[in-house]
Amino acid sequence: MSEAIRLEGVRKSFGRLEVLRDITLTIAEHEVVCLIGASGSGKSTLLRCINLLEPIDAGRIVIHGVEVTGRGVDVDVVRRRVGIVFQSFNLFPHMRVLDNLTLGPRKALGVPRERAEEEARALLERFGLADKVEEYPDRLSGGQQQRVAITRALAMNPDVLLLDEITSALDPELIAEVLDVIRELAAGGMTMLIATHEMGFARDVAHRVCFLDEGRILEQGPPGRIFTEPREERTRRFLDRIIAAGRM
Amino acid sequence: MDRGPGAEPRSAVTGRAAGEGPAALAGDRRSRIVGGGEGRSVWVAVASTAVFFTVAGVLVVTSPGWPAIRDAFFDGAVFRDAFPKILARFGRNVAIFGIAEVLVLVLALLIAVMKSLPGPVFAPLRLLAAAYTDLFRGVPTILVVALLGFGMPALGLRGVPRSDVVWAIVALTLVYAAYVAEVYRAGIESIHPSQMAAARSLGLSRGQAMRHVILPQAVRRVIPPLLNDFIGLQKDSALVAFLGYTEALRQAQIVSAADFDFTPFVALALIYVVITIPQARLVDWLIARDQRRRAGGGTT
Repeated sequence: MSEAIRLEGVRKSFGRLEVLRDITLTIAEHEVVCLIGASGSGKSTLLRCINLLEPIDAGRIVIHGVEVTGRGVDVDVVRRRVGIVFQSFNLFPHMRVLDNLTLGPRKALGVPRERAEEEARALLERFGLADKVEEYPDRLSGGQQQRVAITRALAMNPDVLLLDEITSALDPELIAEVLDVIRELAAGGMTMLIATHEMGFARDVAHRVCFLDEGRILEQGPPGRIFTEPREERTRRFLDRIIAAGRM
Repeated sequence: MDRGPGAEPRSAVTGRAAGEGPAALAGDRRSRIVGGGEGRSVWVAVASTAVFFTVAGVLVVTSPGWPAIRDAFFDGAVFRDAFPKILARFGRNVAIFGIAEVLVLVLALLIAVMKSLPGPVFAPLRLLAAAYTDLFRGVPTILVVALLGFGMPALGLRGVPRSDVVWAIVALTLVYAAYVAEVYRAGIESIHPSQMAAARSLGLSRGQAMRHVILPQAVRRVIPPLLNDFIGLQKDSALVAFLGYTEALRQAQIVSAADFDFTPFVALALIYVVITIPQARLVDWLIARDQRRRAGGGTT
């Protein structure tokens, strides 16, 4: 398997707060990696750094063989290859669902409107949103909005998808419909790096689970092992808390 | 359906009543002014209003000074003579503020975007934009009108327009662009940074994200304050009279001086009030339509 993303010694601070300390991680093509860990452990920041929404302080990020943290890299070109979906959806409220999907392809990739719309409609149909094409985002449920946000990222036809706690803002009964979309993408071979609090889902979908603790990857491995026999005390305590909270 | 003050307010909130926006809104406003509630309280409000204004009117009209005031400000014959003349000249004011408004929209947007440019490279542009707004918000409008309107034509330079009214338009544009730029900027800053992040994450450049994602939302939010500034600009078109240019105020002054009566000024005041009211209603309607389309029951 060839490599999709490689992180080498990535560091990031906000002022005096060190959020990422020496993160090294390689993700293969078609691999699904879940990032777990407490709030504030650096999961979201790591994803935002890979998408270059946050500049890193030290280290290297290599995507498909190209160092994207080097000098003179066109960040817009990188972002077209790396999709990201946010916890709070961040759909464009002034645009219909269809226009939310076609904006990136049309403006960033130069796809003609007709083709962009055709592809967007096909995507929306695939994820059960065909009847929402003309709607404005505010009129959709949270689950529908998040599915639209995922299809918006997919409309760019990215090599890699980054998912930042995409079910954390959803009511419990809406989570399943969103996770089903991700399962389908995983089955289709999409390379994904997923920050999540849904342990059941992580165990289900991930090839590998990384436990982040205070900006470091403390432990990683196949979900079967991490969830049943974690080696680190802190991983065990985290998982105990999750189980106590009924999230697993 | 009864859309009067007693109607269920829910229809205006959910926007279920698609297509009856202005009427529903007007009903809503009416109910706010008269205190809202049931039919009985409406009648109480109507009755007390009628009594109040009748008493107030009678008191004014029977006061000892009233005949003098009436002759000076509300002379019917003078009004009939002056009104058409002033209205005809008001066309010049419309041209002045019409042109200035278009220029203001463009110039202000440019300044607002300059102010929101990030990074050290753009420091001089940000500085320039900040200095511009500080300067033109600080200097009285009439002073700018006088400076440019008297000063520039007097220079007699080649290629510099000699017309005082052209320079008056420039002056009004410069002053109001400073205010409107701040309005735009407030709108831009009110859009959550996650919108910019989402747009950039799709590979859009900063400029593209600004143009397609941030500005359309920002402009929609600032339409009411924008219109406030425009009403101010429309009123300040009267400052051009200071240059001796015969627009509506100057015309009113001429008629007033000839008849030795102030009714022409009242006529002009009436014109100004009449043109601003529909604009305020238009904004109400735009806001209501936007809300209905995005969140309510309107079909697209």
